[in-house]
Amino acid sequence: MNKKGKGRAGRKGVLPGFGLSLGFTVFYLSVLVLLPLSTIFINTAGMGWEKFFKTIFDPRVVASYKLSFGSSLIAGGINTVFGILLAWVLVRYQFPGKKLIDGLVDLPFALPTAVAGIALTTLYVPDGWIGRFLGFKVAFTPLGVIIALTFIGLPFVVRMVQPVLQNLEPELEEASASLGAGRAQTFWRVIFPELLPAALGGFALAFARSLGEYGSVVFISGNMPMKTEITPLLIMTKLEQYDYAGATAIAAVMLVISFILLLVINLLQWWSNRRYLEN
Amino acid sequence: MAGHVPMTYGETSVSRKTVKGGSPLIKWAAISAALGFLLLFLVLPLMAIFVQAFEKGLAAYAAAVSDKDALSAIKLTLIVAAISVPLNAFFGIAAAWAITKFHFRGKNLLMTIIDLPFAVSPVIAGLIFVLMFSSHGLFGDFLFRHDLKIIFALPGIVLATIFVTLPFTARELIPLMQSQGSAEEEASMTLGAGGFQTFWRITLPNIKWGLLYGIILCNARAIGEFGAVSVVSGHIRGMTNTMPLHIEILYNEYQFSAAFAVASLMSLLAIATLVIKSLLERAGKEQAGIKELKE
Repeated sequence: MNKKGKGRAGRKGVLPGFGLSLGFTVFYLSVLVLLPLSTIFINTAGMGWEKFFKTIFDPRVVASYKLSFGSSLIAGGINTVFGILLAWVLVRYQFPGKKLIDGLVDLPFALPTAVAGIALTTLYVPDGWIGRFLGFKVAFTPLGVIIALTFIGLPFVVRMVQPVLQNLEPELEEASASLGAGRAQTFWRVIFPELLPAALGGFALAFARSLGEYGSVVFISGNMPMKTEITPLLIMTKLEQYDYAGATAIAAVMLVISFILLLVINLLQWWSNRRYLEN
Repeated sequence: MAGHVPMTYGETSVSRKTVKGGSPLIKWAAISAALGFLLLFLVLPLMAIFVQAFEKGLAAYAAAVSDKDALSAIKLTLIVAAISVPLNAFFGIAAAWAITKFHFRGKNLLMTIIDLPFAVSPVIAGLIFVLMFSSHGLFGDFLFRHDLKIIFALPGIVLATIFVTLPFTARELIPLMQSQGSAEEEASMTLGAGGFQTFWRITLPNIKWGLLYGIILCNARAIGEFGAVSVVSGHIRGMTNTMPLHIEILYNEYQFSAAFAVASLMSLLAIATLVIKSLLERAGKEQAGIKELKE
């Protein structure tokens, strides 16, 4: 038996391997996550404030923030509405093929983003299966970006809301109904507040994923500067032009936003867990 | 944990009653709206891939997937997954063991750091390894002097893939092992079993379904990763092209049916992933159910 592990674990119990497992975990994360990520900030610090601000507030870059944020928000909104609906349908109703549908929801997690990208583009080009029925252009416009991000973020809200809905006490609704509330009133005043933390958590996850998404968007967006160029693509473009400083500056902005989102997601999870425990 | 929602374990197996007195009109309207949404966003894209793949017939399909560059892309993709998935699985077990079996300060911070790769854009995941290992990078001089190549070569692709798929198994195992507690392991140790024996005969059988579930998802992402790999690969045909990059090149050269032929292979893999995933979910729930009954 590992003597060192046993000695250290003595603080809590008889299980060994504390030093070994924690040591390996910290080492692995430092070498593969923390050190590489820190290069972004090291390189940014080296470029000087003036150049940094000039790069990150360049009109083309600002246009890409607007597109990335706007389309991620809209796609997240669509996914929140349909995610709650899908979770509701999957938990509350019986219908043929339900198991299959339930499994299919995770397709965006399993399908490579590039494959999703070319498939969606093919559907929405003007002579595509869907594009030909629409009187307006979708592929190669901001609408196309929204379509791709909706695909990518689809499972999050469903998978967050589903377990909450499953564990909801039927008594709650019965009480509400017996006190004279209508079905709509019961949904909005009793069920919806219960689902809200989970739905917001799912929205935040989908939003964070959409902001950084690259593979599924680049095919359908057309990548026109100022119009349909998302921020991750701009980083890629700068890299291809060997503008490492420019790419790194924009990446630093995105990283800071990701950290803030991660914090918000953790707070939402804490909120929803607390609600759950209180009940 | 952006990028992943862990599977739910041990929820009460009592199937809930369908809602009483709900109007069938609302029910079918809700079902139609939900299914219409899925048809539009999931089913049609999936169908389009296979229809486009076989558009020019079976011979063209066979030619596209047995093309020399396609085969080398498939081989590279499999090599990358075969290196990065086991490493991350091992990391996941170690991290979950440390986090769920012991008390220590900074545990929440550690869990947030494990989540980080899910919150970072894949393009940035590639960029950070370029900043470290390219000729202008942090270790550029060192690598040049020793004639080592990381970026635009296999090691860079593996590093970027490890980064983007790092949290999957840890994320899956932490809640699972937390819910299981450590009473069984402690009993085993008290009865005189060694640490490794305890892990092998107690912990591993308990977590096997969750572990496999994490590995399956990790593998799907490792094989399909596009953005991060695209930054570090250099797109050298027949050398550093993975399957998703090969699809991109074919597509940009207007070889649509060849692109979709390779894409259809990846879609079959995605469908297989979903099937295995739901089987594992069922197995996990059954195991949790049996445990509850025993107690």
